[in-house]
Amino acid sequence: MTTEGSSSGATESDGKAKKPAPQKRREPEVARAAVALPPEGVALAERLPGAFGSHGIEVDAAIDEVVCIVPADRLIDLCRQLKDDPSFGFTYLRLLTVVDYVEQDGEFELVYHLFSLANHHKMMVKTRIPERRASVPSVTGVWRGANWYEREMHDLFGVDFEGHPDLSPLMLPDDFEGFPGRKSYPLNDYEEW
Amino acid sequence: MTDSASTFTDQTSSDDGTVDMMVNMGPQHPATHGVFRMQLRVDGEMVKDLIPHIGYLHRGSEKLCEYELYSQIITLFDRLDYISNFNNELVIVSAVEKLMDVEAPPRAELIRMILCELNRIASHMLFYGTFAIDMGAITPVLYNFRDREKIQSLFESVSGARMMHNYFRVGGLKQDVNDDFSSRVLTLCDELEKGIDETDRLLTSNEIFVERTSGIGVISGEDALDWGLSGPVLRASGVPYDVRVDEPYSRYDEMDFGVPVGSAGDSWNRFYLRILEARESISIIRQSIALLEPGDTMAQIRRIARPPAGEAYAHCENPRGDLGVYIVSDGGERPYRLKVRPPSFCNLQALKDLTVGHYIADAVVILGTLDIVLGEVDR
Repeated sequence: MTTEGSSSGATESDGKAKKPAPQKRREPEVARAAVALPPEGVALAERLPGAFGSHGIEVDAAIDEVVCIVPADRLIDLCRQLKDDPSFGFTYLRLLTVVDYVEQDGEFELVYHLFSLANHHKMMVKTRIPERRASVPSVTGVWRGANWYEREMHDLFGVDFEGHPDLSPLMLPDDFEGFPGRKSYPLNDYEEW
Repeated sequence: MTDSASTFTDQTSSDDGTVDMMVNMGPQHPATHGVFRMQLRVDGEMVKDLIPHIGYLHRGSEKLCEYELYSQIITLFDRLDYISNFNNELVIVSAVEKLMDVEAPPRAELIRMILCELNRIASHMLFYGTFAIDMGAITPVLYNFRDREKIQSLFESVSGARMMHNYFRVGGLKQDVNDDFSSRVLTLCDELEKGIDETDRLLTSNEIFVERTSGIGVISGEDALDWGLSGPVLRASGVPYDVRVDEPYSRYDEMDFGVPVGSAGDSWNRFYLRILEARESISIIRQSIALLEPGDTMAQIRRIARPPAGEAYAHCENPRGDLGVYIVSDGGERPYRLKVRPPSFCNLQALKDLTVGHYIADAVVILGTLDIVLGEVDR
């Protein structure tokens, strides 16, 4: 019925300079969720390359959200500008998370979900770091609320956040070994029944 | 959990030659509302520093979700914020629906909204009661539990369970509600309204209550946003952010309701805001019942959800704040990655800022107003 979203979006408004998504590289035949940006999202996507082109960003979209992919070394500059520039006004960090693509590319992807109450638009900022040097600058200096998210991600994925005030274990016991969030960490004691 | 790096190292002594004392609260302390532990450094009765410790209830829910079918994940979400189960279920089903681009039938959306708003009232009822206990008032909780139990028994008639309902489905509901649902809900609304008024009369303008709460644990709107706070805690500081209005989901755009916003950002505001919010919820429920028409409660979709590859972030206004879920799908029957944005977790981060400079007894009050649920904080 209506389960399968049409492959590649109905309203692809932003430029063609798109990095192939990780899922596409693994299984090219899988259908992609359709992109349908709201008007404020379209406007935001159009403004991003002009404003932050010097950071080497790429603009993409995921269903109804603008996605901005940035190299890890420019992350802090980008985040600070996104927060301080009133025309973007991303004062609210909704969520910070890590997605494990080690099996596919040997990389972790960090995803920052931002929201602007004043301008009423939302965005995801993504950056990729290699597993061998899993280290990224901390955004606690930009949004204080990132503090526990980063500690949690440090616990579960072993990602190092440079400049974080205190990366001591939050979720796990002090003497816990390994990074249980990673795909490579087995989920024991579980069998289909 | 216990972290050597962040224990107090400096045994600072005060001007009068006394030495600060370390007080450990929790994880088995009734005033911490679950397995939450905090270390307080106190100078006499005054809190000078605070270290929160969480993780005692960490079950790895997000990792578990990667191994479950989407329909099985709903049961795991019931167990995150176990005080407001329906609201949690709504978040995960709307995220999957967004990813699959399906919509639940209008009747199902309305029933979801009614149940979620009832659940909001039930959650706030528990808050009024336990918050009063935190301050030594034993009576209100008895009335609040009486009323909350009525809501739970309605839930039981709908889903078969008082809690952990597993009633929402991707694309609709498990089954339609009973024939007497509307009339039961309307009767319940009248009773709840009385119950809320009762609590209001008992607590809101009680002199001792006001003395204990006003001006305690103040946070400015700007700081609250910076910490990523949400829900009543954020709105009490004067920031009118409510997901139901800012990014309407379900059928909230058809409803006429107000979003109460505080001004002072203190504990009293955070309490009173929840009273006002429960009244708005009753108004939403009555409007929804008026719109309720017979019809399907389940969309025509595959029994086993298989969303296309992609990523979706969906969020809803929980009793505790903005609960979100981020799903990365690789086109399979199980999510590739699932991450929850837990409102209690974010709200709890601000605890140290709120508490330092107050008395030990106020620390309990401030923690109470944050209204945390550890199932959600630790996941």
